[in-house]
Amino acid sequence: MATTTTPNATDWPGRYYHIDQILEKAGPRTDPEWVPGDKAKEWLREGVKVLVIGAGGLGCEILSNLALTGFKDIHVIDMDTIDISNLNRQFLFRQKDVGKSKALVAAEFIMNRVPGVKVTPYHGKIQDKDEDYYMQFTLIICGLDSVEARRWINATLVNMVDPENPQSLKPLIDGGTEGFKGQARVILPTITSCYECSLDMLNKQTQFPICTIANTPRLPEHCIEWASVLEWPRVFPDKKVDNDDPDHIDWLYKQALNRAQEFKIEGVTWSLTQGVVKNIIPAIASTNAIISAACCNEAFKIATNSAAFLNNYFMFIGTDGVYSYTFEHERRPECPVCGGEALDLTISPELTLQELIDLLIERQDIQIKKPSLSTPTKQLYLQAPPQLEEATRPNLEKKVSELVPPNGDVTVTASTLPFSLSLRIAYT
Amino acid sequence: MIKIWSMKKNEDAAAKKKPKTSAAQIRVQKDLTELDLPSTMKTHFPDPADLLNFTLTITPDEGMYKGGAFVFSFAINTNYPHDPPKVKCTQTIYHPNVDLEGNVCLNILREDWKPVLNLNSVMVGLQYLFLEPNPDDPLNKDAAVEMTKSRDLFISNVKQTMKGGYLKGTQYDNVLSRS
Ligand SMILES: [Zn+2]
Repeated sequence: MATTTTPNATDWPGRYYHIDQILEKAGPRTDPEWVPGDKAKEWLREGVKVLVIGAGGLGCEILSNLALTGFKDIHVIDMDTIDISNLNRQFLFRQKDVGKSKALVAAEFIMNRVPGVKVTPYHGKIQDKDEDYYMQFTLIICGLDSVEARRWINATLVNMVDPENPQSLKPLIDGGTEGFKGQARVILPTITSCYECSLDMLNKQTQFPICTIANTPRLPEHCIEWASVLEWPRVFPDKKVDNDDPDHIDWLYKQALNRAQEFKIEGVTWSLTQGVVKNIIPAIASTNAIISAACCNEAFKIATNSAAFLNNYFMFIGTDGVYSYTFEHERRPECPVCGGEALDLTISPELTLQELIDLLIERQDIQIKKPSLSTPTKQLYLQAPPQLEEATRPNLEKKVSELVPPNGDVTVTASTLPFSLSLRIAYT
Repeated sequence: MIKIWSMKKNEDAAAKKKPKTSAAQIRVQKDLTELDLPSTMKTHFPDPADLLNFTLTITPDEGMYKGGAFVFSFAINTNYPHDPPKVKCTQTIYHPNVDLEGNVCLNILREDWKPVLNLNSVMVGLQYLFLEPNPDDPLNKDAAVEMTKSRDLFISNVKQTMKGGYLKGTQYDNVLSRS
C-alpha cells in the first residue's frame, strides 16, 4: 500500500506495524467521526506535540513509552539533577550522569536510542513557563511527586481554557505512585473534575504528634523529626533546613543519632535521615511502569481518537494482591480552581466599589451577602477581620475603574457562596 | 481532539475563564473574612496587604490562664490548605503543650490536619489549650509533670510565670494583659 508520507531514513519497514493495526481501522468504541488511515498516522507522527512534566521514576517510563509508540515531538521539563539513588529505577540514567540535569540526559538518551524522535528538554521549574508555552502542546502528561507542582499546572491549564478557542483546552494526564499503589487519571480542564477537586482524597504523609517527637520517641523517624522540627530551629533560628544540602542532612543525622542512642532506638542512618527530611516515598520500579503505561495508552487514545479514553480515574493497589478500580471522579462545585461561578460584568467607569457591591447583593441569580472582593494582586474590600475591613474601607469610595483594569478579574468570596465567584469587569 | 471540544459545548457555559488568583489565596481570603471569633481572640496583620502572615492574640476570660495575653504567629504557605498553617507562640510561656521555643502541640496543626479544616478551627483549638491544658501530650515536660503532681502548685507556677517570673532556671515573659 502506498503511503502519502515520504519514507524517512529512520522509519524502516515494519517499524510501526503493530501501532498501525490500530490506526488503520476503527474499533467498536471509536468515535464515528474519526477517519482511520494515513492521515491518522501522519497526525500522530507529525502533528502531535506532547509535554512530559517530570523526568524521574515515572518520567523515564513515560518518555520511553511515548517514543516507542510513535510520538515524535516530545518536550520534557524537570528541575532536578540525577542522584545516585535514582539509578535503581530511572533507567535512562547511568553512573556517569550523576549530578547532571534529568531533563537533558533523558532527552539525549531517548534521541540516541529511538531514531527520528525529537525530545526537547528544559531544565527548570514549570512555573518558569507561561501560557504561550503550554499552548503549543496537544496534551500534557505529568509524572510528578509534588502536590504543589501538580496544583500549579492544573490551575494553569484550567485558567487557559478560552470558550472561544478549542485549541486552548489541553488534556492533562496525571500519574502518581506511592510504593505499590498508584493512580492514572485524565483531566479535561473545565470538563471533568480537576486535580484540585480531589485534593481531599490524597493520602497524607505520615506525621507524628509533636509531643511524641519531643518526649516519647520510639522510632528512628521520631529522632530524625526531633532533629529537623525541634532542634534545628532552636540552634539555627534564622536559617531554614536546605533538604538538598548534604551538610545540613549531616548535622541532622548526627543529632538524630545521639538522641536515638539516648533512647536506645536503632535504625537511624544517613539515608533514612535524608528520606524523612525530604519526605521520600518508597518508589517501586514496576508500579511506576504500570502507571506510566496506563498514562501513555491514554495519551495515545486521546491524541489519535482511535479508541475511547479513560473516564476518568484509574487506581491501582498492589499492596495486597492486585486490585484496580476505574471510576468517574466527579467535579466539585465548590472547587476553587474549576468550580464556582463566573460572571462577566459591564459597568460604568464612574461606578464606585460600594455601588458594585450593592449591585452584586441585589442580583437575584447569585444570592450573595457580605461579599469580600480582591484582585489577583490586592484586596479591594474585606468584610472582616476588623483591622482589614478598616484598611480596605477607603476603597469603597473609589471608582472601580481606578482599582481594576479593563477586563480585569475580581474574586468574590462570601459565606453564602460555596466557594467563590469570579467577576470579569468591562467598562462602558 | 474534536470530540473533547464537543463535550465542552454540551456543558453549560458556567465554566468561564477564571482569574489568576491562586486557590490558596482565595481560600485564605475566605477563611479570614468568615472568621467567627469570640471577643477573647484578635488577629493583627503587620502588613494588611499580606494575608499570609499575621498574629493571633488570645486573652482567656476564664481558667488558670485568665488575665494573660498570648500571642501566636501564623505563617501560611502557597500550598494551603494542603499544608496546615505554621503556628508558633511568640512568647516564652509556662504551659504543658507549648515548649520554650514556642512550638505548640495541637493535633490539627500536624498529624490531624485536613484541608476541610480552616483557620477558625485552628484558632478555636489554640484557645482550648488555655482553658484545658493537657498534661498527657506534653511539650514542656516539667510543666506537665507538675500539673499532674499538684494542681495547686501548677496554678501558682502559672500565675508567677505570667507576671514574667523566673522558674527553675527559665525566665518567662510577662504576658499580663494591659486591659
Ligand atoms: Zn476542580
